[in-house]
Amino acid sequence: MHTSQISPFLAFWRSFRLATWLGWQIESNWADPFLFTVYSLIKPISSAAILVVMYSVITRADFTAPIFPYIYLGNAFYMYVGQVMTGISWAVIDDREHYKTMKYIYTAPVHFPAYLLGRGVARFIIASISVLVTIVFGVLFLEINIEVTQVNWAFFLITLFTGVVMLALMGLTLAGVMLLLVHHMFGVGEAVAGALYLFSGAIFPLEVLPSFLRPIGFLMPITYWLELLRRLLVGDVASSFPTLQTLTNVQLYFILVVLTVFFAAFSILTFRACENRARELGLIDTVTNY
Amino acid sequence: MEETAPAIPKASGWKLFLKTVIARAYPRVIGQQREKSWVFFDIFLPILGIAAYVYVYRAIGAPEEYTGFVVLGGAMTAFWLNVLWSMSSQLYWEKEQGNLALYIMAPNSMMAILLGMALGGMVATLLRAVAILVIGGWVFQARFLITNLGLLILVFLLTMTALYGLGMMSASLFLLLGREAWHLANLAQEPVYLLSGFYFPVKNLGFWVALVASLIPLTLGLDAMRQLAFPSAIQFGFLDVRVEAIGLFLLCILFLVGAHFLLDYMERLAIQEGRLTESRR
Repeated sequence: MHTSQISPFLAFWRSFRLATWLGWQIESNWADPFLFTVYSLIKPISSAAILVVMYSVITRADFTAPIFPYIYLGNAFYMYVGQVMTGISWAVIDDREHYKTMKYIYTAPVHFPAYLLGRGVARFIIASISVLVTIVFGVLFLEINIEVTQVNWAFFLITLFTGVVMLALMGLTLAGVMLLLVHHMFGVGEAVAGALYLFSGAIFPLEVLPSFLRPIGFLMPITYWLELLRRLLVGDVASSFPTLQTLTNVQLYFILVVLTVFFAAFSILTFRACENRARELGLIDTVTNY
Repeated sequence: MEETAPAIPKASGWKLFLKTVIARAYPRVIGQQREKSWVFFDIFLPILGIAAYVYVYRAIGAPEEYTGFVVLGGAMTAFWLNVLWSMSSQLYWEKEQGNLALYIMAPNSMMAILLGMALGGMVATLLRAVAILVIGGWVFQARFLITNLGLLILVFLLTMTALYGLGMMSASLFLLLGREAWHLANLAQEPVYLLSGFYFPVKNLGFWVALVASLIPLTLGLDAMRQLAFPSAIQFGFLDVRVEAIGLFLLCILFLVGAHFLLDYMERLAIQEGRLTESRR
């Protein structure tokens, strides 16, 4: 019997594409499109509104101060962190414990990491809509001053893409760890996203953190990614904080790329190690049920 | 000769009700002694959230009492998350795991099962909330100055009764839901943090929004507790503490009575429509 071999790239792409379709169906087909849209927007807008109210209470709604776009845009782009990272790692729990399909997927001719990355795409799309709506709302009603003609859109999109790749790889690391954990550990993704929220200067400049905690922020690629996205959209306003003031946009991007490459290597090695360990311990299709 | 197990006296009436409550509360309280990972997820995670909001306030130069407001609000999130995930959507999980049909078949009251879930959850969550309050208060140097301890305890108990009554009532609604239950519970987190003023005084949302938000017991409860734990918070208070306590008392009656009737109705409906054992994944 003759079996045809496909190239690794094609295997990766085919698994990624089908997992993307599957992920979208799982995320969206539980409700009609209107309810799904409302659901997708209410959560992120509420979390942005909490910060807006907090800010308004203290500053008497002075939205022209530089700190406001810093907080608002940092929070808006941070939606990608939670959604992309958690989306990929959550697929392990969802398939293994909820749908109980993990062993079938794992033993099928799919590229497993590509499958997990594809499962995160649906959340990336939802996050993109939320980010866009949040920013448009800020521009229309909260004096977020984005000069559309002044923005270097090519650089912005490249930075955005690089960051999303970096988040997806961090999500893959978490997915590997998740293979070794039990059902109720579904909160690991949120825990990591929560920690990064605090240390990456997403909603306040790193100077506000105690000095012994700041180095954690400087080691994280998300810190540079958020800073660069802010600078590319609102220019001088975003770079008026001392944290990364001495670095140019190109330098920030260079650091982002270096850290992304480091995390890529780290995530591939970690995922492989966790996957092998999960196979040794018989955890690939385990159902803990509590 | 085969030994027979000693006969267990059959309970009925209020004794059965009470035994059911204790039996359902038991795993909630004991479970956390056996699974220590909650220390990380239920204490460390909320403290990270609290820290982020405390540092935002510091970045924009907020007065020091706002640190205390955030710490108290952050501690109370434990109760909202418990009501949402372990009360409202609990019957959905039970259905998924096949326990719901057993609950219905057993000769006990569903109301007692929900009450047991509520009491067990409340005790277990109280431990988490106190830990968050103590650690958060210590790390961020929040200064509490309780002016009327008796009233504070009364407001807390009323808030808990009304909140878990709401949880019992919504549990019966979730009885009819399938896969969407998870999404709806997930949806009710951030909007409630916003409307109930978990991280800022609810008065800032305006009178009418705050009034509507008062249907969620934590809105009035949190506002009253802030006024009693931080003397300077009186100026930020939505209503007088006594008025808020009366409002909470009315909510207790509304939600507990509502839970009783709604549970009966939804259980009948779920049986008629054959939804008790369905599993729409």
